[in-house]
Amino acid sequence: MPTGSDVVNVVIAGLGGQGVIKASDILADVAFRAGYDVKKSELHGMSQRGGSVSSDVRFGKKVWSPMVPFGCADYLVVLSSDQLEVNRHVLKEGGVTLSAELVDVSRLASPRCINVALLGALSAHLEFPEELWNAAIRSGFPEKLHDMNITAFQFGRTCTKTQQ
Amino acid sequence: MALAMKSAGITLGTGYPGTPSTEILENFSARGGRAQWAPNEKVAFEVALGAAYGGARSVVTMKHVGVNVAADPLFTAAYTGVPAALILISADDPGMASSQNEQDNRHYAVAAGLPMIEPSDSQEAHDFFLHAVAVSERWHIPVLFRMTTRVCHSKTIVNTGLRQELAAPAPPAYVRSIMERVMIPAYARPAHRKLRQKLAEIAKSNETSPLNTRTSGVRTLGIISSGIAAMHAREVAPDASFLKLGTTYPLPMRIIRDFAESVDRCVVVEEGDPYLADSIRAAGVPVHAKPDMYRFGELNVGRVKRILANDTSPEEPVPSGKPPQLCKGCPHRVVFEAFRDLGCIVAGDIGCYTLGVLPPFEAMDTCVSMGASITVGLGLRHVLPREQAVKVASVIGDSTFAHSGLSGLVEMVYNPPATGHVVVIVDNGTTAMTGQQEHPGTGRTLDHEPTGKLVFEDIARAMGIKEVHVIDPLKEEGEFARLLAETLAKEQPAVLITRRACLLAAARIRAYEQRALQGKEACNADGK
Ligand SMILES: Cc1ncc(C[n+]2csc(CCOP(=O)(O)OP(=O)(O)O)c2C)c(N)n1
Ligand code: SF4
Repeated sequence: MPTGSDVVNVVIAGLGGQGVIKASDILADVAFRAGYDVKKSELHGMSQRGGSVSSDVRFGKKVWSPMVPFGCADYLVVLSSDQLEVNRHVLKEGGVTLSAELVDVSRLASPRCINVALLGALSAHLEFPEELWNAAIRSGFPEKLHDMNITAFQFGRTCTKTQQ
Repeated sequence: MALAMKSAGITLGTGYPGTPSTEILENFSARGGRAQWAPNEKVAFEVALGAAYGGARSVVTMKHVGVNVAADPLFTAAYTGVPAALILISADDPGMASSQNEQDNRHYAVAAGLPMIEPSDSQEAHDFFLHAVAVSERWHIPVLFRMTTRVCHSKTIVNTGLRQELAAPAPPAYVRSIMERVMIPAYARPAHRKLRQKLAEIAKSNETSPLNTRTSGVRTLGIISSGIAAMHAREVAPDASFLKLGTTYPLPMRIIRDFAESVDRCVVVEEGDPYLADSIRAAGVPVHAKPDMYRFGELNVGRVKRILANDTSPEEPVPSGKPPQLCKGCPHRVVFEAFRDLGCIVAGDIGCYTLGVLPPFEAMDTCVSMGASITVGLGLRHVLPREQAVKVASVIGDSTFAHSGLSGLVEMVYNPPATGHVVVIVDNGTTAMTGQQEHPGTGRTLDHEPTGKLVFEDIARAMGIKEVHVIDPLKEEGEFARLLAETLAKEQPAVLITRRACLLAAARIRAYEQRALQGKEACNADGK
């Protein structure tokens, strides 16, 4: 967790329609609830047709730029494994990659929950209390999707094998 | 922005969709504000101007190129001024995340003579907007509120408790003021002088504006910046002295000069054109501008670091991601397959269907600005040798047709090429490209309620075009290609409309239609 002037940098990447933006919204919400300054930025626009989408989330005591500088990401979360190579340049040396293969999709209620399951995997690396995650997930989805996503999140938390 | 618009008492928000500006009106509407999509930006601006003349606070939103479309009324509205606030939100797209150019709309403030305000994060977007309303009403002048992609498409914490108090809006009422509003030369001449007078006063006021902030730091490096670039710069050089400008036209030259003199080396860090650097240098203040290579694309922390080091070595290319493609099963596909197979010369337009330029179609030859498909196609038809002219077709989306295709059709009727022409309107029932907004051809308002509907085939026929056909492109394989070949061979002015809902929007469109039907039935039941 960030101390002093440190900032934690997370990049979430995937394809249009996979829920990249939703995942980054939830992460930013958790950091906000935990009392950090947080900024989030994304590139979308032509995203509905399966093109690359990525979103940056940065949190700490004070964040300036909303974009994660290249070579500075502590975590790179990749929802579609073909997006790993095009985003690798954002990772810092020793940064952690959390890629889609970490999660056995067949064990999710719907493959669409992969974004939240990977947030679960990410959560194992960040020291946010679990109730903040649950609250952020609840406020990010309509009620009928709560259980499904909380379950996906819980499952993701157990998928902790990482690549570097 | 939507929150600030609500608390500023904005009576009417109008605009035309365009990344990265689209979400402002959608969220304003979701919060209970009155928001509407206009067919195009010129119309949107004029409607907002009329509302402001009527004494209502109004906002008009658009992407940067939209201001080109609205430029005609904009320049003269600067002369007439407004009795109630009128804020034009221009969302620029440096780096062209989703645009056809990266024009820098700060030049519009100078060219039209409008005060300009630029926020650098969500908090400032909120606070500066309220300030913009106050400036607009104090000087009775429209204000250009310039945002950029990374300010629009980022989220940062907003504290609404800090907001400055804004006077409550007066209820709308018309107060006649002919000399101010009717721009015949005799009235426009004094109006221009008055505009310059206002700008001189605003320049003076900007010298003490809270929107410009000075942060003291080391003497060896001073940075003048604005917008998102200021955020990158603070991160790169936390110890530097800073002057961050929120009022970027007219520029507060006195504080800029003071600041530049207070440091040994003063660097201007700005995205896009060297607007600040040129203006400051023209005022006789020596500052360092960024090397020209940083005029292209958006800035980020790494590039600002290079600017401060005056590093002009070649930049490492960023790996490009997966480009967007027409969805599998998209109704546009059939049209571009036919163009490709018939060897057409295709004057194209802007929307999802512009992706028809990419493999496996590569069936688009020009794409410049919204509406240009019809008119550029006509120009080609006029001059090309016959064997090429007969192959020219224009393709335009439904939202784009409502935006600026109508006058192109008029041109086709009025100055028909000797070989005729074929215009294909790809009507997928939505503005797909920018996130499925309604438009006049859908017959639904911004919040998806039923309203008057523009029927393209009726318009074409009413204009006197004889060859008008409507077809479902997915109904029968090969049917569209056959119709296109037949129509091209007739050498008449023709309009073909392919009507089939965008795959991603279809379910939502059905739900809106059902809701409208239920509403109607409920009305009928009540009437009995
Ligand atoms: C002057 C201007 N305003 C707005 C835009 C943004 N924009 C590009 S295409 C488009 C409309 C696309 O809708 P449509 O023509 O229906 O095609 P579709 O995407 O649905 O295929 C918009 C709003 C622009 N490029 N230029
Ligand atoms: S979003 Fe709709 S119009 Fe655009 S490519 Fe996909 S199906 Fe076609």
